[in-house]
Amino acid sequence: AVSMEERRFAEVPRESVKLMAESAGVELSDDVAALLAEDVCYRLREATQSSSQFMRHAKRRKLTVEDFNRALRWSNVEAIAGYGAQDALPFRPIKEGELFFVDDRDVNLVELALATNIPKGCAETMVRVNVSYLDGKGNLEPQGTVPSAVQTLSEDLLKYYQQITRAILGEDPHLMKVALLDLQSNSKIAALLPYFVYVISGVKSVSHDLEQLNRLLHMVKSLVQNPYLYLGSYVRSLVSSVMYCILEPLAASINPLNDHWTLRDYAALLLSHIFWTHGDLVSGLYHQILLSLQKVLSDPVRPLCSHYGAVVGLHALGWKAVERVLYPHLPAYWANLQAVLDDYSVSNAQVKADGHKVYGAILVAVERLLKMKALSLSQPGPGGAGTPWDDWTPVPLPAMYCELYSFFGDSLAVRFSTGPSLGGCPLSAPSQPPDTRKEPPGPAANPDTTRKMPQLTANLNISPRQDGSPRTEPAPPSLARRNSSSRPGQRSAGPSRDVFTKARFPPPQTGPPTFSFLIGGRQMGRRCQGRRFQTSFSSPPPLSTVPPRAYAHKLPVIGRVGKPVRRWTCSHYSLHLPL
Amino acid sequence: MAAVQDGQLNLEVEKDIKTEITNDGSGNINANSSSPGSTSSGGKSKSPAGSGEDQQTLLAVLQFLKRNKLTESVDILRREAGLSADADDSPVSESAGAGSGGVPSVGADGGDANSLLSRVSIATPVAPPATAPPKVVAASGGEDQPDVNVVLSAYSQQGDPVLYPLYYNGLKKFIESVLDCHRAELSQVFYPLFVHMYLELVYNNHENEAKQFFEKFSGDQECYYEEDLRILSSMSKKEHMKGNETMLDFRTSKFVLRISRDSYQVSCLGKPEMSRSLWQLTITYRMLSYQLLKRHLQERQNNQIWNIIQEHLYIDIFDGMPRSKSQIDAMSGSLAGEGKRDANKAKVFYGLLKEPEIEVPLDDEDEEAENEEGKPKKKKPKKDSMGSKSKKQDPNAPQQTRIPLPELKDSDKLDKIMNMKEATKKIRLGPDNLPSICFYSFLNAYQGLTAVDFTDDSSLIAGGFADSTVRVWSVTPKKLRRVKSAADLSNIDKESDDVLERIMDEKTASESKILYGHSGPVYGISFSPDRNYLLSSSEDGTVRLWSLQTFTCLVGYKGHNYPVWDTQFSPYGYYFISGGHDRVARLWATDHYQPLRMFAGHLADITCTLFHPNSNYVATGSADRTIRLWDVLTGNCVRILTGHKGPIHSLAFSPNGKFMASGATDGRVLLWDVGHGLMVGELKGHTDTIYALKFSRDGEILASGSMDNTVKLWDTLKAFDDVELDDFTAATGHIHLPENSQELLLGTYMTKSTPVIHLHFTRRNLLLAAGAYNP
Repeated sequence: AVSMEERRFAEVPRESVKLMAESAGVELSDDVAALLAEDVCYRLREATQSSSQFMRHAKRRKLTVEDFNRALRWSNVEAIAGYGAQDALPFRPIKEGELFFVDDRDVNLVELALATNIPKGCAETMVRVNVSYLDGKGNLEPQGTVPSAVQTLSEDLLKYYQQITRAILGEDPHLMKVALLDLQSNSKIAALLPYFVYVISGVKSVSHDLEQLNRLLHMVKSLVQNPYLYLGSYVRSLVSSVMYCILEPLAASINPLNDHWTLRDYAALLLSHIFWTHGDLVSGLYHQILLSLQKVLSDPVRPLCSHYGAVVGLHALGWKAVERVLYPHLPAYWANLQAVLDDYSVSNAQVKADGHKVYGAILVAVERLLKMKALSLSQPGPGGAGTPWDDWTPVPLPAMYCELYSFFGDSLAVRFSTGPSLGGCPLSAPSQPPDTRKEPPGPAANPDTTRKMPQLTANLNISPRQDGSPRTEPAPPSLARRNSSSRPGQRSAGPSRDVFTKARFPPPQTGPPTFSFLIGGRQMGRRCQGRRFQTSFSSPPPLSTVPPRAYAHKLPVIGRVGKPVRRWTCSHYSLHLPL
Repeated sequence: MAAVQDGQLNLEVEKDIKTEITNDGSGNINANSSSPGSTSSGGKSKSPAGSGEDQQTLLAVLQFLKRNKLTESVDILRREAGLSADADDSPVSESAGAGSGGVPSVGADGGDANSLLSRVSIATPVAPPATAPPKVVAASGGEDQPDVNVVLSAYSQQGDPVLYPLYYNGLKKFIESVLDCHRAELSQVFYPLFVHMYLELVYNNHENEAKQFFEKFSGDQECYYEEDLRILSSMSKKEHMKGNETMLDFRTSKFVLRISRDSYQVSCLGKPEMSRSLWQLTITYRMLSYQLLKRHLQERQNNQIWNIIQEHLYIDIFDGMPRSKSQIDAMSGSLAGEGKRDANKAKVFYGLLKEPEIEVPLDDEDEEAENEEGKPKKKKPKKDSMGSKSKKQDPNAPQQTRIPLPELKDSDKLDKIMNMKEATKKIRLGPDNLPSICFYSFLNAYQGLTAVDFTDDSSLIAGGFADSTVRVWSVTPKKLRRVKSAADLSNIDKESDDVLERIMDEKTASESKILYGHSGPVYGISFSPDRNYLLSSSEDGTVRLWSLQTFTCLVGYKGHNYPVWDTQFSPYGYYFISGGHDRVARLWATDHYQPLRMFAGHLADITCTLFHPNSNYVATGSADRTIRLWDVLTGNCVRILTGHKGPIHSLAFSPNGKFMASGATDGRVLLWDVGHGLMVGELKGHTDTIYALKFSRDGEILASGSMDNTVKLWDTLKAFDDVELDDFTAATGHIHLPENSQELLLGTYMTKSTPVIHLHFTRRNLLLAAGAYNP
């Protein structure tokens, strides 16, 4: 009968009752056992039901043994001893006998008594206060966590915080390195995160001091890389600090001798790093960043260094961001830039130099855009791995190329390596984000960069081995490869290196570019062992659609660098980004 | 307490007493007007079986007492039961003897006993005329039939168990076939009928039939009865029914249904034979003479159902439109159906008492210096507003001296002045101006925090813990200090100005103090308004009063012999209320070791207690899913509020005393109009038990805190404005609840895995919340 009915409750079978009776030395008949079993079940259910009220009144969700014992006591049943521990009791089966039992290990009292590590008592119950300030609408008002509240931290953490900040912002580079390394790997500093974030948000007050800005950015990087930290909504604060370094006309940039460009490059790199690793923590972060970059770019009042920041920022966020924001904006922006570049007056020299920086940055960005777009067309899978913009129809590649060509002319063509003669040039496959995430930053290694006036960030001064770069990681393959293959002499060309060379190879067709081009290469690295691929755009756009190269020929020869760039600048990073 | 150790016998006594107490549905029992008094006076209002049952239960108790050789009690009970209604001694407490601790004392205002009694009889609702004739008969039937066993076993009637599903099904088909507008009303009968039929089957040892019956029809019941059904289904033997308290409730109390006369009449037109007869019976029950009824009863085959209806259901017929399903659902869900309409008819003086006039001292010198012009100007209008409020007697307020209140001490006056000063700095809250929230997290509480309270001035916080301790913290920089020992005190110059400072022992200053004394988890705590005392109620069955001057226990109030779930000081101090597992709420005064009043009527544990702001009423929430409002003066139950679908764990009165909010395990907050005894709002949003409710100081905002780790803020001003109370709805009590919880919700604030178990608005309207962090 038992097996027939629906099992609404857990039941004690009569066999168990008999077993228990046997262990107490009583023989039971089946009938008695069945009756007993049923009654036991009912009593158990009753006790359970009444025990739940003790749980409810203790305002708990978990029914404890203690609750059950209270229920038993109130119904005049002896309580069960020995199960008061809060930990879960392991319930173990013995297969042979279909027996289940609670693991009840012997406790060695002697050992316990003589143990030297006396367990600490329970921590004292205490009350702590947190205040949520609400504004009129009931939204939580963000409260800048003020370091003065550091007092509530434990002594040790407080000390750590002071030491770390002192080391990072102090004079000793070695100490700084140690501090940054620790910040990157310490697993116990979660409580300090708000304080560090607050310190970092101090970028705004040290905008005159490139060195300090740099240090703070390194701090950001260490925090971001620390695998034990959950940044949560602090990502927003970090991003805004980094964006500040990218976009703002820093006080330090008034002096042309200050290399704030490198700082911006580094910050842009950091931004993309944060975005790719922690972007999922804050919803809509990508769009917010893009919007603020776009805003800066479309604001003609902003100084050129801000524009530069916007461009490298977009570039750092990947080719899709460039395609989405920079590319449509280019025609409008170009006019402004052209005006700056065309002004040869002495008073304009500084601005013009800045303009060249922007020009170079845009060039690098669009070049990568074209390259990646072509790549993504040939490989729809990995190419589209970026952040999707749903409601947006991309411009077809040929049209895009045409338009860009109208701006940049041959300088684009060359760098893009048109023509079949470069068919063997491998293009980099899109790097995997995990790889790039771990990429140690160049400036971290050589923070005392002495580059004075690099005219172009985009110059291909990349020389992975011979330059004595501290990096052991290979440079972005595509560039390195092309440099060494197509322009082997360029690197050491000496003082008068023409960075933006005119096309060495005459375009396939002279005159207006009716072109068809072919992108080919190997997917895997520069050893040419990967899969070979080729993309050809066989249908050239109709002639009429190609705008005359109105701007391209007006461009002066730009980008002569006075001396070879000795060191690695950060610029190569902007060419090597995960998608 | 004795009963804890006394064992089986005593407990049994307790249980039977409980039965006895609870048998009166409206619960007009209190320590002053004794139970025979109230049974007989209350009996008039009751339907036949109820009154008869009272008699019979009395007999049952008599027999029980005899069996246990409590001859003295038997004699007393006999005498009392035979006596007129003026009897002034409670057999309940007499027979309970050592156990119930309830030799009722007249208490502080003992002289009022007679006047109290007269009030009782005045307040007794007038019986509906229709019920009068059957009553006599049933009562006499009870007298004719002194067989106690039959009385105790209400389910002894034997019917063919096989026919039960047929009966039920027939009724079901009939109700399904009636017009839509009546179906909802008539469907109410399903659940009680189902339960009683099941119990009858079980009682008569038809175990298998009972199981089948349950399986067949349990799915039809409303989902909010799920918990009860689970308990029900666990019982399959007659023996099980004996000790089960839930079923005791079903047996001893009548399930109240409200059905419109319309539905009632419609239901008897051209319906299947069985059902028509049923409803004809019902009609005749109301309309026709007793003889006719009796004949019908004998003729018809389905007297099974009819018997149940007659014995266990109370059908409250009203004139007017039938209610809709949602209207019915809003009000149902309690263990014993809805409250009878006349149970909520008594007048409740919900207004506030006049504030005593205190001369606000002229501004302190330092304040004067601080702001020479602004202050006097600010003060004056404030004084006026306070004055006008207190001078004009609120028409709904009780008389100032309705219950004696303690006189104000100098320190109380000082506190009131402080309160007024703070009130001037109060932030005016509203939907556009929400309060900031301050959360007090208890760390390292190891799941042991069971109760929290703040003092009114928010200077102290106390926590009750499962390890039987009470801990008090100072949340201001001012440390907690003890008064010096007697020996040291004698050395103090009593004339010095700072004598109050000198008596404190500086050596004992600390941030927190621990109070040891209970022997079980502390489930309720409450600060006295003057901050001199702290109350705590515990599983050990006692309520303890602690001094916050010496941090020692002053009194242990024994009377509840079962866990005391909650206790609460009156807003004027001196009185306090406690309620617990024994289903009786007790009113105490701090200087009496025995209760002044006992409020009996709840059918299950009293889970929370609260004083009305004017101290003339207390509200109790119970696991029977009803809220009752009791008159402190008369001890009468003046409101029965039904609608919650789970045990009620929090209550709050609006500062003007007009409204009440309640929160339950069902995660809903219900709003009530105290004056009309009506539900006026439903706030949905929480997903777990609501343990804390509090109105802001001006009543514009209701804050609710829950086990789901959130604090929610609700726009109560709008909630109460939206309610349209015309005379009709007020009369019938059938209100259309606006479905606007989402509009009323002003904000949800998550905690970090910390259930919110207490909320408090400071005098300046900052919201304090408290709970234990459960990692």
